[in-house]
Amino acid sequence: MAHSARRDSPELPDFSLLKRLARDQLIYLLEQLPGKKDLFIEADLMSPLDRIANVSTLKQHEVDKLYKVEYKPVISTSDQLCFLIRPRIQTVKWICDVVNADKAAGKFRRYKLIFTPQKFYACEAVLEEQGIFGDVTTDEWAFYLLPLDDDIISLELPEFFRDNFLAGDQRWVRTAGSTLHLLHSIYGPFSKIYGIGRCSKMAYESWREQVEEGETKARQAEIGNVFLIDRDVDFVTPLCSQVVYEGLVDDIFRIKCGCVEFGPDVTSSDKSMKVMLNSQDKVFNEIRNEHFSNVFGFLSQKARNLQTAYDKRRGMDIKQMKTFVSEELKGLKQEHRLLSLHIGASESIMKKKTKQDFQELLKTEHSLLEGFEIRECISFIEEHINRQVSMIESLRLLCLLSITENGLLPKDYRSLKAQYLQSYGVDHLLTFANLRQLGLLVEQQPGETLTVMESKVGKLVNDKTAGKLTDAFSSLAKKSNFRALSKKLNLVPKSDEEYDLRVPRDMAYIFSGAYIPLSCKLIEQVLERDGWTGLEEVTRLLNGHEFAVTGSTAGSSGADSRAKNDAQRIVLVMFLGGCTFSEISALRFLGRERGYKFIVVTTAITNSSRLIEALLDNHV
Amino acid sequence: MAFITANWNPLGEAFYRKTELYEMSWNLRDGLRDSLVAAAPYGGPIALLREPHRRSPSSRPQLEIYSASGVAIASFPWKSGPVVQLGWTVSDELLCVQEDGSVLIYDLFGSFKRHFSMGQSTKLQVLEAKVFHSPYGTGVAIVTGSSRFTLATNIDELKLRRLPEVPGLQGKPSCWVVLTQDRQTKVLLSNGPELFILDNTSCTAVCPPGLSPQAGNIVHMSVSFSYKYLALFTDTGHLWTGSSHLQEKLSEVDTKKTTTPKQMIWCRRPKSQQPSVVLMWDRLLLVAGVCSDTDPCVLVGELDGVRIVSSTNQELLQEVPLVCQDIFKIASMAPGALLLEAHREYEKSSQKADEYLREIKEQSMLGEAVRQCVEAAGHEYDTNTQKSLLRAASFGKCFLTDFSPDQFVTTCRELRVLNAVRESSVGLPLTHTQFKQMTLQVLIDRLVYRQFYPLAIEICRYLKIPDYQGVSRVLKHWASYEAIARAVCVKVGDSPGVSYSHIAAKAYECGRTELAIKLLDFEARSGEQVPLLLKMKRSQLALSKAVESGDTDLVYTVVSYLKNEMNRGDFFMTLRNQPVALSLYRQFCKLQEQDTLKDLYNQDDDHQELANYYVTASYREKRLESRLSLLQSAVDEYNKAKNEFAAKATEDEMRLLRFQRKLDDEKGAGLLGLSLQATIEALLALGLHKQAEQLYRDFKVPDKRYWWLKLKSLAEKEEWEELEKFSKSKKSPIGYLAFVEVCIKCNNKYEAKKYVSKVAPEQKVKAHLAVSDLEGAADAAIERRNESEMAAVLSRCSASDRLLIDRLNRARTTATKK
Repeated sequence: MAHSARRDSPELPDFSLLKRLARDQLIYLLEQLPGKKDLFIEADLMSPLDRIANVSTLKQHEVDKLYKVEYKPVISTSDQLCFLIRPRIQTVKWICDVVNADKAAGKFRRYKLIFTPQKFYACEAVLEEQGIFGDVTTDEWAFYLLPLDDDIISLELPEFFRDNFLAGDQRWVRTAGSTLHLLHSIYGPFSKIYGIGRCSKMAYESWREQVEEGETKARQAEIGNVFLIDRDVDFVTPLCSQVVYEGLVDDIFRIKCGCVEFGPDVTSSDKSMKVMLNSQDKVFNEIRNEHFSNVFGFLSQKARNLQTAYDKRRGMDIKQMKTFVSEELKGLKQEHRLLSLHIGASESIMKKKTKQDFQELLKTEHSLLEGFEIRECISFIEEHINRQVSMIESLRLLCLLSITENGLLPKDYRSLKAQYLQSYGVDHLLTFANLRQLGLLVEQQPGETLTVMESKVGKLVNDKTAGKLTDAFSSLAKKSNFRALSKKLNLVPKSDEEYDLRVPRDMAYIFSGAYIPLSCKLIEQVLERDGWTGLEEVTRLLNGHEFAVTGSTAGSSGADSRAKNDAQRIVLVMFLGGCTFSEISALRFLGRERGYKFIVVTTAITNSSRLIEALLDNHV
Repeated sequence: MAFITANWNPLGEAFYRKTELYEMSWNLRDGLRDSLVAAAPYGGPIALLREPHRRSPSSRPQLEIYSASGVAIASFPWKSGPVVQLGWTVSDELLCVQEDGSVLIYDLFGSFKRHFSMGQSTKLQVLEAKVFHSPYGTGVAIVTGSSRFTLATNIDELKLRRLPEVPGLQGKPSCWVVLTQDRQTKVLLSNGPELFILDNTSCTAVCPPGLSPQAGNIVHMSVSFSYKYLALFTDTGHLWTGSSHLQEKLSEVDTKKTTTPKQMIWCRRPKSQQPSVVLMWDRLLLVAGVCSDTDPCVLVGELDGVRIVSSTNQELLQEVPLVCQDIFKIASMAPGALLLEAHREYEKSSQKADEYLREIKEQSMLGEAVRQCVEAAGHEYDTNTQKSLLRAASFGKCFLTDFSPDQFVTTCRELRVLNAVRESSVGLPLTHTQFKQMTLQVLIDRLVYRQFYPLAIEICRYLKIPDYQGVSRVLKHWASYEAIARAVCVKVGDSPGVSYSHIAAKAYECGRTELAIKLLDFEARSGEQVPLLLKMKRSQLALSKAVESGDTDLVYTVVSYLKNEMNRGDFFMTLRNQPVALSLYRQFCKLQEQDTLKDLYNQDDDHQELANYYVTASYREKRLESRLSLLQSAVDEYNKAKNEFAAKATEDEMRLLRFQRKLDDEKGAGLLGLSLQATIEALLALGLHKQAEQLYRDFKVPDKRYWWLKLKSLAEKEEWEELEKFSKSKKSPIGYLAFVEVCIKCNNKYEAKKYVSKVAPEQKVKAHLAVSDLEGAADAAIERRNESEMAAVLSRCSASDRLLIDRLNRARTTATKK
């Protein structure tokens, strides 16, 4: 590994506690329904649940059979049904159908609905409307946080992004507040909270409210600083192609809940294999943050080392051999297996990505970020659409073009849209409406200069009552000022210098030295300045909603100042609306450089495809 | 005393007088210049917004609220958008009409109450607005940038009415007023020489009877307090007055002033002899004939006169009531005048008193004389005059045997009350007539609203109002708003574990709803506030509290409660004022009640969303006909939303669907629902080249796209001859490298090679490499002397290509030397 970590970097808190808490609560809830029961689990809760409590744990608590919620009539014969679901109306409606079908058939069962992480009134309203409110019991499983790795915690709520930012539905804000509250009560008290974005602010306020309601115990803080950031503060970063190993694996194979399924082409056998990707995987841990161009070299070096280790056997006597087999061999075998997997994955990635197309794609992205040869970029995108290379990818490039250029010229906007509709069907009109609403793909406003609009909106946003009026302006307010921001924060390094990806000098290595992720740059700047002073221009360009609050540090005695000092260098970054692996890698890099340890809490891990897919509205 | 008639001015038969009401207590730096001013009738408060049009964000205008006497009540910086008009409702709430059509409502003390909008469109631009009062309450009328009028007759039950278009109107009309006639609210407006009446359904041109044709264009108009009379001012200086039905004319005066007056207000009183109009120019006040100088000031029309508010003082201009005229007119022989004189002599201990008295008695008019004095006292503003009139009345009364003292006693009491509220510190300059019209109940309510609790109680006691109506009512308010809530709060403090909602619930159980609401304000947890508010039927308040809390569950609870409680229209309207609640409900409808969603959009005239809704709905439809009809609806809505692009795209889709259906029927092609590109692809795959060609032309498919499509499809079907023909049909818009690459992809190196020679020079190396012709690639690269291309070729060479490598390396060195 090329990077040498600063020796004084603090230890991360132990997050396995979160898992234990969740497991104990689930068991308690299951025991509320004594006797044998069948458990129906929402499809996207399967993997997270698996990380908390495995099948045998469930069986111990009298769960008979496990089913996935599939919106089909149930075939279970058990007289007790338990549903473990997300608070979604669609699922609740299905349960209503199940109960009503039983009623019609004269079958009597007991039903229990466990909502996680919380129940919504809307769900109960559906139960009431369908006339089964009295027939079921409901509960909440406060399973907010799933630690995916030592430094990644996920809420596993991908719908957060669309609900909150597109539909303007703020019901998850309280969930985010509760999440903070949970972390605060276990690892707090936080001494400083920074944030930017409307949702962040609301989540912060929701958390404060919960803190005031409950009582606080003086404790030794394990996490000192918290940074909240809305996804819509920075759309550029998640829209870029990822080129760091972990991100690339996510882009290509899709990492689900910290786990990836490698197909036969990777495993070089005839079956797929599920692999956990986290710091336990020694090989992966060393390459996850590396630019892909370094990965092969590293892997082959590793392979050679392994061979040497194996070769040690030769010339051993029996006794040595015995210790070798009992102590080292297992580790080596394991390492061997992992190594071959990652080599397989890398080969597969190489096959897909080193083609001409990918190089051109990256070149286009970099041109867009730098803001030159825009016409060439537009014709590249046009060809991309015409050749139907990829529905999602084309949209991604269109959005990237729009954000970096502050909207498309009306002529381009129309022609590109028309071509896209020809390629992928007119139902994408709705997708375009969504993208416009979010400000991801917009037309340049002729005549109206940016500053006028800004000052109009700026005047409004500060006033609480008038804040309500801003919704009318919101689509306008979401103007991206990428070019100005990039200049102000120096996001795009000068292109004339060679960038050595082996020895990165800044976070830009994440994107081959072409761009420093805005979100991470903001975090760096705010931590450095201990607040937003000096960044007024930047926050103005980002439409404000920034805050920096010094929390209560009651109960901290001077005696244990070292521990306190350590906690101050642990920064919890919470992404509302998802974050990418590239951003996590960038923060890890930043942490090594500045002696911080970052813990990333996110509503879900995202990438460009997931982001765009969440905004699709075609009927398929 | 002797000069009581000194400020009287005759106008025809009647006299007009100007009485000073107050020296204003305010201290305005710039006077009333450049300010929006609104003063409420019945001596109501005055709102002042300085320089409303200055837009620089650094200097925010200040909104100030004063009592009628100029005592500051509230003042705060205006943070929202530019304000077009200020106005007061009948219940003394301040309306601020913004340029964008939203109307913000503040109470007398400047705290924000709620807001609503006069239209949905964000492009709405309000040019002018008027706040008017009618039997239905307070209304707002606006004229927008597109020259359309929108009315809301009662802002408490908001129902927007968009009036029909006015023919030929561009921008705002030269002047307009709102009329309430025959239980209908109308707008009267003039555009150049024409005069129109706009009602709900029609726009009628009208002509005021008897207005001389040479009078010119109407530039100003005013309607009287009672909506009975109308005054029109033309650009030639003619002033026409008549009934607001435009059926009779009262008078026409040539004022000889050709500039438009700043303000024109009716000055009349009920049962007035001769209603007149007050016009104000910059330096001139004109009461249809009488004039005097003024500095910039504001006219406030009242029931029985006009208040003239200037930066320093305030005056009341009114027609002198008949009875005052009778008494004070010089050399008047009216019985009241004689009685007053008699009393005056009596006080001087002169025997003349007896003479006067006898004279009245001889005419047996003493009763009438007393009545006149009492009545006149009521109309007088000066307390000394009041006193002398009342004394005279009391004096005269002594000589009457069976005279009912009721009128005298009531007048005395009422005058005391009026004098008390006229007091500058209270600042309600009510005349006796206004007081009668307004009733005592309302006066007490207003005092309570202004938090003059002790005064209100005194008045109730003094006028001997039954306790349940008077003192206790005031006390209850006072107590519930202030004392109890505070006292409870002080007692309980912030000690943890205390639930204000429980205390409030108790208060509510005891029937103290207002107190309960007040107490709930102390409750920190919105979750506790909202259910109780719902129970108390304060659903609007509950909704805004819920929204403030940020707890969507709570919002949803209220929303679903409201849904069941209210009728649909009101429900939607309520939601409209709460965007958070609205988007939540929309989400719910998307999953549960699609039709409601449509109604919601319909109500809001949200054509874009409505169109999107139809598009979504069309995909749930199996039958082509219904799908097409839904898409047609979408097209209509997109057109209304001025989204031409989407309309066109949807129309194209309909065309495509019909085309697909036709081909499906004819050839069983299975095209229905495919995208245009997929359709062409399918057609090419089926060998239906002609139809593909047709689509390509009909839908203006870009050449490049079509060439890519055809190239790929021909290659995939391995129709190499066709492909070659196609490549020669004209110059390829996508170049020939594409041909090479596609052939290679289909594993036909032989065909690929055919196209290599046609590839443009800069791509030649790539083409050669694609067909693995290293020699050719090397030749091309060397010929182009392109180093990076040479390097690319080199990287493909294996060790066996020794000769080639040497050649390339040599070429490279020569290239670099140069």
